[in-house]
Amino acid sequence: MKSTALTAGPPAWLQALPFGAVFLFFFVAPLLLIGAVSFWPTSDYELIPGFTGQNYVSIFEGCSNLAEPCVTLKTYWSTLRFSLLTWAAALLIGFTIAYFLAFHVRSPGMQTLLFVICTIPFWTSNVIRMISWVPLLGRNGLVNQGLMGLGVVDKPVDWLLFSEFSVVLAFVHLYTMFMLVPIFNSMMRIDRSLLEAADDCGASGWQTLWNVIVPLSRTGILIGSIFVITIVMGDFVTVGVMGGQQIASVGKVIQVQTSYLQFPLAAANAVVLLAVVLMIIVALTRLVNLRKEL
Amino acid sequence: MSEIRRRQLLQGTAGILATGIFPAIHAQEKITLRYLGTAVNQDKAIAEKFKADTGIAIQYIAVNTDEVTKRAVTSPNSFDLIDTEYFSLKKIVPTGNLKGIDTKRIKNADKITTLFTTGVVGGKAVGDQGTAPKKVIYLEGEKSKVFAKAPTQFMSLIPTVYNADTLGIRPDLIKRPIDSWAELLNPEFKGKAAILNIPSIGIMDAAMVVEAKGLYKYPDKGNMTRKEIDLTIKTLIEAKKAGQFRSLWKDFNESVNLMASGEVVIQSMWSPAVTAVRTKGIDCVFQPLKEGYRAWAAGFGVPATSSGKKLDATYEFINWFLDGWAGAYLNRQGYYSAVLETAKAKMEAYEWAYWMEGKAAEKDIKSPNGDLLAKAGSKRDGGSYEQRMGGIACWNALMDENTYMVQKWNEFVAA
Repeated sequence: MKSTALTAGPPAWLQALPFGAVFLFFFVAPLLLIGAVSFWPTSDYELIPGFTGQNYVSIFEGCSNLAEPCVTLKTYWSTLRFSLLTWAAALLIGFTIAYFLAFHVRSPGMQTLLFVICTIPFWTSNVIRMISWVPLLGRNGLVNQGLMGLGVVDKPVDWLLFSEFSVVLAFVHLYTMFMLVPIFNSMMRIDRSLLEAADDCGASGWQTLWNVIVPLSRTGILIGSIFVITIVMGDFVTVGVMGGQQIASVGKVIQVQTSYLQFPLAAANAVVLLAVVLMIIVALTRLVNLRKEL
Repeated sequence: MSEIRRRQLLQGTAGILATGIFPAIHAQEKITLRYLGTAVNQDKAIAEKFKADTGIAIQYIAVNTDEVTKRAVTSPNSFDLIDTEYFSLKKIVPTGNLKGIDTKRIKNADKITTLFTTGVVGGKAVGDQGTAPKKVIYLEGEKSKVFAKAPTQFMSLIPTVYNADTLGIRPDLIKRPIDSWAELLNPEFKGKAAILNIPSIGIMDAAMVVEAKGLYKYPDKGNMTRKEIDLTIKTLIEAKKAGQFRSLWKDFNESVNLMASGEVVIQSMWSPAVTAVRTKGIDCVFQPLKEGYRAWAAGFGVPATSSGKKLDATYEFINWFLDGWAGAYLNRQGYYSAVLETAKAKMEAYEWAYWMEGKAAEKDIKSPNGDLLAKAGSKRDGGSYEQRMGGIACWNALMDENTYMVQKWNEFVAA
């Protein structure tokens, strides 16, 4: 069937051209450039084109010895761990809130209102959101004062701030919204009659949740997961501020290298990071056929 | 500019000149100098006073130390005046992005303290390990990419502020005297110590600790060999694994917050940061140590492409800066100014005695914004200018093995 709508407007490639050009210029070209620079020899203040695998060699130097892991493995391990912990917490919280908003709140007005409330953390810059944790979690912070006042502890608890705990906490605080929105969106598209049918067939609440809602929300879960994991994998600001600058992440290593003008090394690191993130995304999309679901 | 536009402009200018109103227009022309540097030196009061005195506006671009260097190397047209540290010059000067500053156009050039020009304070040579300013202050010519061995007419940077750094401590929480760099890694302060996370400076502090603990004596702390870097970083990693550090800090405000909140009781610190903690009413000491100080110095540089009115305005600003008002202002913050004579003229005698001569304060000492810094009768930590600057052990530096050092530093952060 040849529809007239397709032939009436300008050809499809022309319609795609503006965005394609933007994509090419601001995404593909810089990416290729980074790829090229990653093979240039390292130097302090000049970028000298050339071709060497030295940058990649130095990233993986000593990584075959697993008893004493190299910096690259250690940083990837800690970054992946942050991603995984943040993802799990954000999924749990995001899913619960989305479920509540989609199925328990009846009026669309109330839904909108509650949804807007969820975005309150985004009303300030993310650095301020992070810094506001410091007086709360610090050695002389509110939480410690509270715990000591209640007699739960007799010495301030140190691991609340500048620790892996505080990093994950800030990540969850910052990025749960990215999980919540797509899940909520998927849930709103679930045909309510399916839930009634499940109920009619005598399914318990948990059965409906597990066999109907979760499978039908998986597109949202997948999109949210991609958001959260890619953001956390590349983050260096949150890890820096909340980890007291002494916890490593891949983004942080790249940042230190660029601030010391070691662009080829940083580019090589960025390429490796990109490859890892792409592999994660490919693995995730294997679980759900995004095109079919959308 | 195309030929046609230039002609039109010339004609236009000629027309304006003919009517005789050109001077009025000239006076209205607003010049704004884009001043690239770290936040520490970019004081609003200085820009306001300069504007009031000359009509030239200063637009501050505040970034951190590493970022200043990066901008100078990668985008030299994004500023008209750079305020950077001498150790960064080893990276910036070879790019040819800086113009030699003609000392003939600097009124007080020959009054710049000998610490910079010859490395002498009060007739005594100070430590020159690391990138001592005297090694990099002169260029061979205006467009030179190499440092001159002997004094010339062209300076790479005109010194603005400098100081000697040591450890900052909270005496109310430590409750005993501290006199050595070795205390930074003393397990007594486990989880309450912090170190600077600017690798090229942090490693110098670490080197001071290594020497103080008697582990090793460096031929030049400011230019380590790979083996020496390994040893220094190993010491840091061991301490970190044992839980010594509470945090690493990267900018001024971070260090102030760590200290003021009591998260940290001992850390490498900058003098004005100590002052900032103290103005909050919290006891904090910039502790002199027996091994001496790690010094740093910053100065004004001019981008190679600067010319015409902008360049004139830049010279005007540098001349104004060395003329006393700004120097006195900085001295009152606990820094030192490059031309002492002119700063002295703008300070009260009791202020000069407290800040520069190490004498007990005759009256309460106040910061430039009027906060109380020290009560009458107290003395400045570390004593007089000559005592402090004479006690320099090394200077902030850029090592030949910088790439390797940064890589090892990342290992420390990841450990």
